[in-house]
Amino acid sequence: MKCDFCSENASVHITDLSSGKYRVLHLCAGCAEKEKNGELKSQLNVEQFVKSIIAAYAGDQVGELAKLCCPYCGTKYMEFRAKGRLGCPADYEIFEKGLLPMLERIHGSTEHKGKSPQHGASVVGPKAEMIRLRRKLRAAVEREEFEIAAQLRDQIRAQEEAHESR
Amino acid sequence: MNLADLTRTSGEWLRGTGPESDIVISSRIRLARNLADFPFSSRASSQEKVEIAKTVRAGIKESSRTKRLKFINVDELDPLDRQFLMERQLISREHATGDGSRGVAFATEENVSLMINEEDHLRVQVIHSGFALMETWEEASGIDDSLEERLNFAYHHQLGYLTACPTNVGTGLRASVMLHLPALVITKQIEKVFRALHKINLAVRGLYGEGSQASGDFYQISNQVTLGSSETKIIQNITTVVPQIIHYEREGRQALVGESRQTLQDRVARSLGILRSAHSISSEETMHHLSNVRLGINLSLIDGLQIPTINEMFIHTQPAHLQKIQGSELDSQGRNAARANYLRLRLRDNSEKH
Repeated sequence: MKCDFCSENASVHITDLSSGKYRVLHLCAGCAEKEKNGELKSQLNVEQFVKSIIAAYAGDQVGELAKLCCPYCGTKYMEFRAKGRLGCPADYEIFEKGLLPMLERIHGSTEHKGKSPQHGASVVGPKAEMIRLRRKLRAAVEREEFEIAAQLRDQIRAQEEAHESR
Repeated sequence: MNLADLTRTSGEWLRGTGPESDIVISSRIRLARNLADFPFSSRASSQEKVEIAKTVRAGIKESSRTKRLKFINVDELDPLDRQFLMERQLISREHATGDGSRGVAFATEENVSLMINEEDHLRVQVIHSGFALMETWEEASGIDDSLEERLNFAYHHQLGYLTACPTNVGTGLRASVMLHLPALVITKQIEKVFRALHKINLAVRGLYGEGSQASGDFYQISNQVTLGSSETKIIQNITTVVPQIIHYEREGRQALVGESRQTLQDRVARSLGILRSAHSISSEETMHHLSNVRLGINLSLIDGLQIPTINEMFIHTQPAHLQKIQGSELDSQGRNAARANYLRLRLRDNSEKH
C-alpha cells in the first residue's frame, strides 16, 4: 500500500477520529513524522484522499487509462472502475480501451446482435454535447457567472428545439 | 390514485393460468433504455433527473401503446407505499429506495410497468402468468418500438443499447421465469439444478429471500449475458432449459406421492392447519406453509382451494400489504398477528364455500 501523500510504501496506519469524522490514513515513515509535527494537517484534503483510494484500487492500471476523463459528463475512468457504473452514453467510446476487454470477459462478446432503433442517434455527437452544455451550465451557476449561464441556457434551448423538430 | 384500492386485487400475472402454471408462476421481460442526451441517472443532478423524468413521461403519454397507463411519482410516496409497490413487483428495490425525481407508469392489470429513473432512465417490464416468455418479449418489444418513436435512446452501432452498468449493455434484456419447485427442494435435488444452470450462464435467484436463499420454494431463472446474442436467442436459451426443470420437478412430485402418499398428505394438511388456526405467524413460516399447500392443491391432495387464492396470499402477507390492508403502521409483532388474522379469514371464507 502506498502512502497517502507520496509514492513511498505506507508503514504507519492511523485511524483518526479527532475531527468527529472517521478517517483512515496510510503514511510512510517520513510523512508520519510530518503528521506528528502537524505539518501535514494543512495539506490534507478530501480530493487527495479520494485520489489515493482510487490509486490503490487501480493497482496496475495507473497508466494512460487511469487518466481518462469523459469530456461530456466529467466521469473519470477510475471512478467508473471503483463504482462499476458509467456516467453517460459517451463513456462507452471515451473508455473504450478499458471497456472492451471487460465486456469480452462479462459477455464473451463485444458485438451487439439484437434489435436496433429506427432513429439511431450517434453516441458522441450533438446528443452528448447536450450533456456537456448542461454540466457547464451547472458549474457556471455554482460560480455565480450568470452571464455565461444565460448564454449556455440559450444554447441548450436552441438544441432542444432542434431535437423536437426532428 | 389511491394505492389502498390495489389491496383488494392482485396482478394479472398471479392469476395462475397460462402454460405449465402449476410450476411456472410467471414469465418476465425487462428492457433497459436510456436517453442519448442526458447522463445516466446516478450521474445526473437532481435538476437533470427532473428533466429526464419529464421527457420520458411525455414520451409514455404520447405513445399509443402506453398512453393509458397509470402514473405515480415514486419520490412523493412515503416509504410504506414504496415498499407496497415493490412487493407487487411494480418497482424494484433499487427504485423504491433510490433518491431524486422518479416514477412508475403501470397498467391496471399490473402486467406492464415502466420505471423512470431507476438505474437506467427507463426500465420496461412486462410480466405474464405461466410459461409464456416469447409472447411477453413480443409485448415488451412492441412497447419499446412505440416509445422509440418519441424518445431518442442511446444506441451504439457496435455495442447496442447503452446502459449505466456494462452488465446490461447490448440488448438491455433480462428475461426471467419464476418457478415453484417444492419437490426439488424436499428431495434435495435443487442444488444440482443450480449447478447445471450456472454452467450455461443462467442466474438463479430466490424470489423473496436474498441471494439463493428462497422462501416459499420460488426461484427465478434469468439470463446473465446481454451482449452478443439476439433477444430471441437469449430467450430460447431459457425456454429450452425450463421444460427440463419442469420435468424434474414433476418427477420429484410423483416420487413423493409414490413413496408415501400419506406422509405428503400429512405434510400438506398440517401446513393448512397451521395457516387456518395460527394467531401469530412470521412471513417466513407463512411462505413455507403456503408452498406446501400450493403443492397439495396441484397434486389434488386438498379440495376447495384455488391456486390464484394461494398465489395472492404470497403477496398479501408481505409487510407493506398487511399494513395497507390494516390501514395502520405495525411493528413486527403486530404484523405477525395481522398476518395470522388475514390468513384465518381468507382460509375460513374458502372452506365455507365448499
